[in-house]
Amino acid sequence: MSKKQIHLAAHFPGVNNTTVWSDPEAGSQTDFSSFVAFAQNAERGLFDFLFLAEGLRLREHQGKIHDLDVVGRPDTFTVLNALAAVTTHLGLGGTINTTFNEPWELAKQFASLDHLSGGRAAWNLVTSSDAFTGENFRRGGFLQPEQRYDRAQQMLDAARELWLADGRLIDHHSDQFDMVGRFPLPPTPQGHPVLIQSGDSDQGREFGAKTADAIFSRHGSTQAGQEFYRDLKGRMPAYGRKPDEITILPATTFALGETESEAQENGHRIREAQVSPQTAIAFLEQVWGRDLSAHDPDGPLPDVDPDPGAEITRGRVRHEKDPLAVAQRWRELAEAKGGLSIRELIIETTARQSFVGTPKQVAQEMDAYVQADASDGFILVPHLTPGGLDEFVERVVPELQDLGSYRTEYTGPTLRDHLGLRRP
Amino acid sequence: MTAHLAVEASGFGRHPRAAETAGVPPQALLTPAYHIGLAQLAAQAGADFLALPDSFAPGSGLDAVAIAARVAPVVPGTGLVPTVTTTHTEPFHLSKAVATLDLVSAGRAGWEVAVSRTEQEAAQFGRKPAAPPAELWREAAEAIEVVAALWDSWEDDAVVRDAATGRYVDREKLHYVDFTGEFFSVKGPSITPRSPQAHPLVVVRDEQDSLAVAARWADVVRIAAPDLAQAHALRERIRAAVADAGREPDAVAVLLDVEILLATDESAARRAYDDLGEFPASTLRVLGAPDALVDVIAERAVDGITAVPLTLPGGLRVLADEVAPRLLEKGLRLPADPAATLRTRFGLSRPANQFEGARS
Repeated sequence: MSKKQIHLAAHFPGVNNTTVWSDPEAGSQTDFSSFVAFAQNAERGLFDFLFLAEGLRLREHQGKIHDLDVVGRPDTFTVLNALAAVTTHLGLGGTINTTFNEPWELAKQFASLDHLSGGRAAWNLVTSSDAFTGENFRRGGFLQPEQRYDRAQQMLDAARELWLADGRLIDHHSDQFDMVGRFPLPPTPQGHPVLIQSGDSDQGREFGAKTADAIFSRHGSTQAGQEFYRDLKGRMPAYGRKPDEITILPATTFALGETESEAQENGHRIREAQVSPQTAIAFLEQVWGRDLSAHDPDGPLPDVDPDPGAEITRGRVRHEKDPLAVAQRWRELAEAKGGLSIRELIIETTARQSFVGTPKQVAQEMDAYVQADASDGFILVPHLTPGGLDEFVERVVPELQDLGSYRTEYTGPTLRDHLGLRRP
Repeated sequence: MTAHLAVEASGFGRHPRAAETAGVPPQALLTPAYHIGLAQLAAQAGADFLALPDSFAPGSGLDAVAIAARVAPVVPGTGLVPTVTTTHTEPFHLSKAVATLDLVSAGRAGWEVAVSRTEQEAAQFGRKPAAPPAELWREAAEAIEVVAALWDSWEDDAVVRDAATGRYVDREKLHYVDFTGEFFSVKGPSITPRSPQAHPLVVVRDEQDSLAVAARWADVVRIAAPDLAQAHALRERIRAAVADAGREPDAVAVLLDVEILLATDESAARRAYDDLGEFPASTLRVLGAPDALVDVIAERAVDGITAVPLTLPGGLRVLADEVAPRLLEKGLRLPADPAATLRTRFGLSRPANQFEGARS
């Protein structure tokens, strides 16, 4: 039996503090030339797909536009169509919101991308319902939070019906949508675009198990990865699906060096650049719900407790539901590590799954992770635009190939081919 | 002043039986190669822009912004003007799509504004019934206003990358648009920074109830008229409306749609038309030799034309091979600067930012 193959996707570095802008090598995250360089490099590295994230309102912190992180994004569909012109095999994936779009237009846009890219489109379905984002759209905050996945499911059902209609009359009615008409485009080269899901709640996992072709997860350690992998794939048979019909890709960073210690140093340098003194305070304020600008980022955690009712950051997903418990945990952690400063603690606690080492070590660790069924591969989140993937492609990809775990050429033209998926 | 030349590329051409002469199967319309070929011909013809019609009506094809974006990186030398409707779409999405087309085309983007009139289109969205043209164009005016505000919602120098303060962006240079109108409200700012042209070229067709919107917002007005005298009269009416709206009439180019089927001589063109079958003209039509179209342009009754081939890609090929060289020879067109932005081609500067100096 041949060895389990690793799938790689590339997250274009953009809006959030993971993207380091203070490095002399940091280029523009909005110039088209940055997208071209990044995409062509991912294609040289035989990646399954490139991925663009999206947020439909600029984040705010304490009532003002958040100014510490990289911000500003071009339109997802338009960039992906333009990238189809300068690549030949690379999949082209983007986040498109299921709440602030309508299925007829969205289905046409995705079908157009899939046709114009020769079958390389992927849709990361993101649900949101916040009135904050809604202020940029016709219907405002029209959706109740508990209806998010209902709408996402109905959106997907509606879009799928349009994509696969092939000239039949559509007469679709659900809670969210009423559509009557004939969709103007035939099924696309992939049948329809590849579907990606990333919600981690129970509802999100169920939705993923039922509908997704690929899943972005954020479970770091091998054990956490394995638990998620088992859980998610275990939910699939209930929907008549086989486990290999979903590719699970945790978000992963990396730091390379000629020696392990050099890599460790590089990794630490990147983490420090990602968490500037000001960013450390802003992160703390998110949890505390208070203005902490008077605190020294190189000093200890505040004595005052978080204000559990306050929500001072908007436009960002809040993963921590109980700020008092988080504060307690962080104080214990800072203590246990010999008295971490605020910034040191934020660097510690916001770390993602990361592979740090020589190219060979990183390749071996990644391979071990995938072979242990902690994932099917990774979505890499480089810290630099546009060159953040260069060294990985040049040095780690050949090592993965030597391990027999990574393709040496694309075997087909479409993203479904890269992911080993059947046409719907 | 030389004459403007735009070309429209819709499917296999405006004639309903054009597909029979295209020389490629109908599925070609779904491939990038076909659209790249058309754009290359438009660039060869020295066209100021390629208009890409689109709608949600049955029989429409691929999304026009998508086609323009797919073509932009590989075909330099011509503007790209997709139609984007304002009736069933979100102004916020629209503003960033067109701004991003401007980004990927290095300043060659435009936007032809259109409305969706039919019950059929309304039923595909299921959100609201079809409305009369006057209402649709009032909504379109709001859409253009908010889109233009979103295009300005980032000042050009908003990104500061100031390591000393840890700030990537100067939030004083990002602006809420705080638009509230009859049809929608939009908070802003855009998620997309200001584009190379800042304001991609705005194109409006003269149609029922669109005149006020064209007068207030258009950089280019497309008109239809059966002959040059009527086209000229219409141009005068539009210029008067532009002046009434408080704008300089010379800042707006009025382009006459001219349906074309050109061949070596008039009888050959006539035969080609007879083979296709009778099809009523919706504007001035030139069936004849390339010189017949050159003569129409030379009359200077309007600021230029939008050539609408009855058949594609053949109609564009004749334009590129036969008409364009004659226009240069006669001094009716000048060789285009390939690096020029679309606004530059229309003598328009990069606009000042409406929010500059204001504080959010």
